[in-house]
Formats: sequence, C-alpha cells, structure tokens
Amino acid sequence: MSTVTLTAKGTHELYLEAYNVTPDAFAGKTADEIAALECHEGNRKGKLGEYFDIDGNGGDTAADTQIIVKGDCKKIKRIGQQMTAGEIIVESDCDMYTAGWMKGGKVTVKGNVDSFCGIGMAGGEFIVEGNAQNYLGSAYRGDWRGMTGGLIHVKGNAGNDVATFMRGGKIIIDGDAFLHVCTHGEGGTVVIKGNVESRVGGQMVKGDIYVYGQIKYMMPGFKYVDDVEAEAVEGEKLTFAHYIGDLGERHSKRKGEIIYGNIYLKK
Amino acid sequence: MPKVIKNVGCPYCGACCDDVEVTVSDDGKRVLEVKNVCAIGTQIFMHGGDHDGRIKLPRMRQPDGTMKDVSFKEAIDFTAKTLLKAKKPLMYGFGSTNCEGHAAAARVMERAGGCLDNCASICHGSSFLAIFDNGYPSCTLGEVKNRADVIVYWGSNPAHAHPRHMSRYAIFPRGFFTGKGHKSRTVIVIDPRFTDTGRVADYYLQVRQGHDYELFDAFRMVCHGHADDIPDVVANIPKETILEVAEVMKNARFCNFFYGMGLCHSDGRNHNIDIAISLTRDLNEFTKCTIMAMRGHYNITGPGAVWSWQFGFPYCLDLTKKTMVHMNPGETSSVDLAMRDEIDAFINIGTDAGAHFPIPAVQHLKKHPFITIDPSRNMASEISDLHVPVKICGVDDGGIVYRMDNVPIQYRKVVDAPAGVPSDEEFLDAVYERMVELEGEGFI
Ligand code: SF4
Repeated sequence: MSTVTLTAKGTHELYLEAYNVTPDAFAGKTADEIAALECHEGNRKGKLGEYFDIDGNGGDTAADTQIIVKGDCKKIKRIGQQMTAGEIIVESDCDMYTAGWMKGGKVTVKGNVDSFCGIGMAGGEFIVEGNAQNYLGSAYRGDWRGMTGGLIHVKGNAGNDVATFMRGGKIIIDGDAFLHVCTHGEGGTVVIKGNVESRVGGQMVKGDIYVYGQIKYMMPGFKYVDDVEAEAVEGEKLTFAHYIGDLGERHSKRKGEIIYGNIYLKK
Repeated sequence: MPKVIKNVGCPYCGACCDDVEVTVSDDGKRVLEVKNVCAIGTQIFMHGGDHDGRIKLPRMRQPDGTMKDVSFKEAIDFTAKTLLKAKKPLMYGFGSTNCEGHAAAARVMERAGGCLDNCASICHGSSFLAIFDNGYPSCTLGEVKNRADVIVYWGSNPAHAHPRHMSRYAIFPRGFFTGKGHKSRTVIVIDPRFTDTGRVADYYLQVRQGHDYELFDAFRMVCHGHADDIPDVVANIPKETILEVAEVMKNARFCNFFYGMGLCHSDGRNHNIDIAISLTRDLNEFTKCTIMAMRGHYNITGPGAVWSWQFGFPYCLDLTKKTMVHMNPGETSSVDLAMRDEIDAFINIGTDAGAHFPIPAVQHLKKHPFITIDPSRNMASEISDLHVPVKICGVDDGGIVYRMDNVPIQYRKVVDAPAGVPSDEEFLDAVYERMVELEGEGFI
C-alpha cells in the first residue's frame, strides 16, 4: 500500500472543499499530479497543492492507496466523499460531508466531525474518535434512501437527526445523541450507548435501535412487548426491554406477520 | 380630486388581501386613506410615496464612521465591485419584494458565484425540508373558503400575524359549500399558549411546548387503528381529548391544517411538519384533508417559486460552482453560513438581518462588506457600509406576488416613489450590467 501524506498549510481564508481527497482520485497519480487536482474555496477554483504539502505517490488502485491528512482540517469539507476503497486517516477535526456517500474503504478521523458526515453511506467503515454533529449517517434532503450499508462508529456524542431514512448498515455511538434517531427508518441498526433526549424511531417503518442509557421522552407510538437478550455489539450480550412501533406509521407484512421497527432499551 | 383605487393587494402579510381600497392625493404622491386593511397592513401604505421621511439617496459609510449621501451610480459601482471581489458573497432577504426582483437577484448572484437565500431560511424553510421528504398535499385558500368545514390552526396565531386570514378565508366567510360561515365550521387550535386565535376555537389543545411531534404521532395511531395503545396523556393532552378531536377530523367533509412557526421552529423543526404531512395523508383515507403553511410576508412564497423554476431549489442556493447549484440547509442557509463565518460579503435586501439574526452571526457578517437594499432604515441599514433605498413593492412599485397558497397575484403601484429611486429589479439589473462591464475591463 502506498501512503500519501497531506499537510494542510492553513492558507484558506474561507472553508475549503476538498472533494478530491479520496483514494479513488489519488490512485495512479504522483505527488505532483495529486497537487494539480481541483478543489474549491468559495467560487475560486484552486489546486490541492496550493492548500496542502503533498508527500508520496498514490498506489496503483484506490484499494492500494492510503491518505494521511495532517495539519488543521477544521475548515475542510468533503474529505473522503464518495470513496470506494483504500484508507484515509485525518489527524485533526474536520468539517462537513466527511465520508459522505462513501461506498467502501475506511475513514478514521482522530478529532471531531461537523454535520452531514457519513451521509448517504453505502459501504465501508467510518470511525470518528471525537464527536459528530447533526445528520450523521442521514439521507440527503428529499432523498428517501438514506444510509444503505457500512459501519459508522462515533466514540463521542452525536447531535440531532442520526440515521434519518436509514435502510441498512450499522451506526454505533458510544456517547449520547439528542433528538430524532432513525426517523423514517426502513432498516439497519443504530446502537447508542449513552442517553437520548427524545423522538427515537419516529415514523419508523422497520429497523432496530438499541439504547443503553435513558430515553427521556419515549414516542407514544412504541409499545412494550417483552424482554429479550441480544448482542447489539459483538461480544456484549445484554438484556433489553423490547418495544415495537411506530404504531402511527405504515408497516409491511412478511409471511402474514406485520413487521415493526424495534427499540431495545437496556434493562 | 383625490383618486380612489380599488382591488389593490396589501403588501404586508402572506394572506395577500387583494380587496383593498386606496385613496391617493391629487399629485399621486401620498396615500391619504386605506379601506379593508387590518391595522398592520395600513401602516405599509402610509410609508409609501414621496414625503419628507423617505430616504431618497444611497448612504455610504465614510472612514470616520458617518454615513454620507452618494449617487446611485456610486452605489451600483460599489455593490458590483464588492460582489466581484468576494469569494463567497451572500445575498439574503426578499420577503418584501416582487418576483421580478427575485429573478434579477438570481441573475446577479449566478454571475457573482455566491449564495442566495430568502427569509424562509429563518422561517418556513423547515417546511420546505419536510415537503422535500414527504410531499405537500395542499390546496388554495379559495378551496378552504368554499369547502373546508374543519379548520386546524396548529402553532400559528392568525389573530395577530395574519389578521384577516380568519375572516377572508378560513373561519367566517360563507363559501359555496360553507354557506353558514362560522356556524358551518369546527375550529381546532393547538398551541402551547392560549392565543386570541384560541378564543374562537371549538377545541383548544394546550400541547406541551416542543412535544407536537408526539401529539401528531398519537393522532396517527388513531388513523392506523392503534387508538387503544395511546398512553393516557401525550404532550399534556389526555387520551380522551385526542380520540375526540381525531374523530372530528376523520368525520370532516374537508379538513385543513394551517400551521405556523410554532411547529416549524420548535424542537425537531422540519420533522414536525413532516409528521403533520403524514397525518394529512393518513386522514385522506377517511376524508379530504389538506395542509398549508402560514407564510409570513406577502411575497415570501415568491422566491421559492421563482428560484425553483430557475435553479430547481427554493432557497439556500449555493451558486459558487457556477456550473451547478447546491442546496443543503444547515450548510448553505444564511444563519449557518454567518455563524460559521463562511462568507466574505453580505447583501441584505428587503428584510432586516440585523434584527433577525443571532448576534454572533451579525458580528461575523460585519467583518466583511455589508450592504442593505431597503426602502427604510432598519437595524441592518444602520450597521451597513452602504444603504440603498428602493421603491416599496405594492405601494410605489407593482409586480408579481405569490400568496401563501402559491397563487400568483399581480400587485399594483398606487403612488409615485421619489424621483430617481429605483425598484429592486432596476437596481439589481444595473449592478449586473456594471459587473459585466468590470469583468470586461479585467477587474478581477
Ligand atoms: S391580513 Fe395581511 S394582507 Fe390582509 S390586510 Fe392585514 S396585513 Fe394586509
């Protein structure tokens, strides 16, 4: 695997849109060719080389390419957007759309990420060591197909609107989330190890939500059915109170049985 | 002889009453009297025309901090240069101008490569998000007047915000199938505060603030046959009341939800509207049911209509790439752009960002060139580097206006603006032409 190291120079005055910082764009390119890739600061089209020091060449394919991003990326958007393979490690905080519409590979952010990260994700792995803001693993505006696959693991807290319109894949949040988890959910699994304020599973059709802490306000549309033993995260077998819902939403039938969304609340 | 002009549209709130009678002075410069207008609408007519209080020339901030009158030519040049120099300028406002102005603004911002946003961004923008996600089963106010027998006002207070809404469209008028007016309608008001609108309600539900989403869910449970599973109390409303009101809605001949800021700006924002739309859809299994946003300004629906036609999105447009448009409220919405200090020039047009934005947002905006285009002094104009006075649409300028139900209405000019003062469209077109000239001269 070849490693390309980018070091942010901090020369951007506004936010930088680094949509080409992906193993897919870097594959088969030398450091100089990577420096010539396009990016945007507002309406000014620039080159990656103007904003980053670039060291190392890309691998033959995306899967052979690892990107390490150093320096302050707090004001850099769209790192790892639409990547299909390979690896990115960001050593600082970074901004919106990190790992957005990701299809494969792995992105690790050692700091915090802003909103809309992991949005529309279809595959791969996205690890955030700090906190994530709103719309983590959510759908783009007006899209009824949210996250369809892959894994998002946030080691800190997340904001509002986690996993809106989720259809597949898994999101694990080690800390708390606030409002709206898995709204309009149609599949997939969300695990929240901390507490949630309210609106968990609103308008949910299908899917599973595990909450280890408290849900301050439970949706009226969820009904307690039984206690179950389950392994939300590998190697953590626990007992949960099982609720089904949202009873105010449409549900399909399979083999004559109505399929509901599930909330599992740790006992 | 003073002249009486009939069937004039009121350029104040989204109800767009178009039965106003205006009496203007001999010389056509002042409004003397208005009829059929509510208290808030009256004022706007009195501000128009040519009188001493009107600002007639642009005012430019000087190095010593004072404002000095300058020519419109200088103002056009300054605005064009500011836009061309900026990497990410933002133009925001448009609640109080005509659609011709909205189209001209779009031409300017597309050329400049900036962001373009309207007041929906801090108002009914969250309704747009819900509409993108869930559709908009709506109707016109005429249908409400003629057909609706159950009216729900949820999180809105028309008695104060749209004073003639209830009398012209929703509760009191005698329509084709609602011949008994008020008597033929059941009014439901759902609001955490007992408002003046609540006083006319047959059912008033004092929902717990910020818990509307749960109450909608409970109503939907009734529609989906799970009435028995509703908890005893939801959002401070007892189960029996929920069941009773749900029956009223289900048994309506035509039910309409009017909702306002109480829904789209309490916790969850777009989701409150989203679930309201879902409930509307559910109720259509039993009867005819529609939903409508109580849009605030008389033409705040306009930019949504115009820009959707031009760009495919109604607000929060990011035109910086020039070849394509990007929209994502939360990122490209004015307050977020300002709070995150993402932009480097600001034009406030037909609104007052100085009064409406959070203070830290205004502090960020103030670090960069700040221009206000507005007929009157307001908080934004007083902190601006340039204040450009323009005509007041609907009083001294005509144009197309969209009512809250997306019905376009042609507004008329009733008095003359002071000589030389341009309309928003004229000013913005001149800025566009100056930008083209400057680009030709190699300005950037
Ligand atoms: S209700 Fe609105 S549109 Fe009608 S007169 Fe009053 S302010 Fe004007």
